Amino acid sequence: MDVLADFLPIVLRGMLVTVVLSLSAMVLATAIGLVGAWARLAGSTPVKALALIYTVVVRGMPPLVLMLLIYFGGQTALNAAADAMQVEPIRIEPFTAGIVSVGIIFGAYLTETFRGAYLGIPQGEIEAGVAFGMPTLTLARLVVLPPLMRLALPSFWNIWLTLVKACALVSVIGLQDAVYAALSIGRSTREPFTFMLVVAALYLAYTGLSDLVFRRLGRHLARGTRAASV
Amino acid sequence: MYAWQVALDHIPLFLTGLRNTVLLLVVSTIIASVFAVPLALVLTRKMPVAAPIIEAVSYVFRGTPLIVQVYLLYYGLAQFAFIRTSVLWPWLREAWTCLLIAFSLGTCAYLVQILRGAIEAVPHGEVEAARAVGMTPFQTLRIVVLPNAFRRALPSYENEIIFLLHATAIASLVTVIDLVGAGRNFNTIYYFTYEGFAIAGVIYLAIVGVIRLSFGLLERRLLVHLRRAGI
Repeated sequence: MDVLADFLPIVLRGMLVTVVLSLSAMVLATAIGLVGAWARLAGSTPVKALALIYTVVVRGMPPLVLMLLIYFGGQTALNAAADAMQVEPIRIEPFTAGIVSVGIIFGAYLTETFRGAYLGIPQGEIEAGVAFGMPTLTLARLVVLPPLMRLALPSFWNIWLTLVKACALVSVIGLQDAVYAALSIGRSTREPFTFMLVVAALYLAYTGLSDLVFRRLGRHLARGTRAASV
Repeated sequence: MYAWQVALDHIPLFLTGLRNTVLLLVVSTIIASVFAVPLALVLTRKMPVAAPIIEAVSYVFRGTPLIVQVYLLYYGLAQFAFIRTSVLWPWLREAWTCLLIAFSLGTCAYLVQILRGAIEAVPHGEVEAARAVGMTPFQTLRIVVLPNAFRRALPSYENEIIFLLHATAIASLVTVIDLVGAGRNFNTIYYFTYEGFAIAGVIYLAIVGVIRLSFGLLERRLLVHLRRAGI
């Protein structure tokens, strides 16, 4: 038990990396998802095609492969660009690479979420807003966004949980997260099971806490609507 | 483009990777499906003791990353002397066994929920009709409820298989040469940085394409009675 107490802070610090990483990546993914959904729905033909290719390719490959591709491929591309411009190449930090790759991966899933949610908004509501002469931004803020958030929530919630669990893979691109900490401590203390179990419990607490937050959010967003009674 | 040309010299390497990935996918899917059906029935019957336990275990598996579950088995089990001395140890210390256990359990946890939802969605009138024509409860289950539920579950089942395919990439982290492992070996041969992963990625895309196509055909056949007129 002493060993556990000695090394627990390191695992907790690793978990903090995971929490910050997952939250930042989700913000980036949401931004990409909104832009992607807009591109899929309202873009010109080449933009639509690009957005479609992005979602199909990214959702077809394992997150692990995409992380490796974006981290190593991105660095190679940056080096080539730096060579071409004859400047010192920029080195991507694993943490930045983690946020960017997880953001790009789950941006593709959220693109489909937001597209589906937008298609679920009754078209008459948007037409009514246009008929009132609302500027585009006002229309988006007052008419589109509230039902969009409510309709997207179940899928958004699911994707968030998947994203959190995908963050456990970031040690493959050199990030020192909770999994990395548990592996190395487990090796040196000869108690790998104990420390990996701690990581599992921390993830369970994190996903459980997310469920609580999303359940409250769902109730908040559903105010003023009536659920179908079966 | 150079990488794609030299990749042609290493087709056997990628074929080995493909075989291992597909093997992990197929075996885990079969084991998970076999266990998911009775477990889902326990949940829909709301059996005391058993149902809450299944619910809790399924929640734990769904709430923790698969890679943590794999590491718990592959690196973790050696911590216990009684496991190291047991007759099962020659199997349990193999990466393949740990992967198959973790993938099957993790997928089963999701399949149970999918099947439960599908079974509960079977219209009650069909069950009553089956009973009315004199079917036994087991016949009702076998002839009416389960075929109906399997059809309803098909789209979610397809998604779950694709998620499992994505998850099998974890195998490359515990010494198995799957597609990602083949890509990494390819990179080491030529000092490439990412090209092998790109090749692996394209093969994954193709597998997803095949899965989507097969399920599309299957759904067209099995869900023909649900298709709306005129579409």
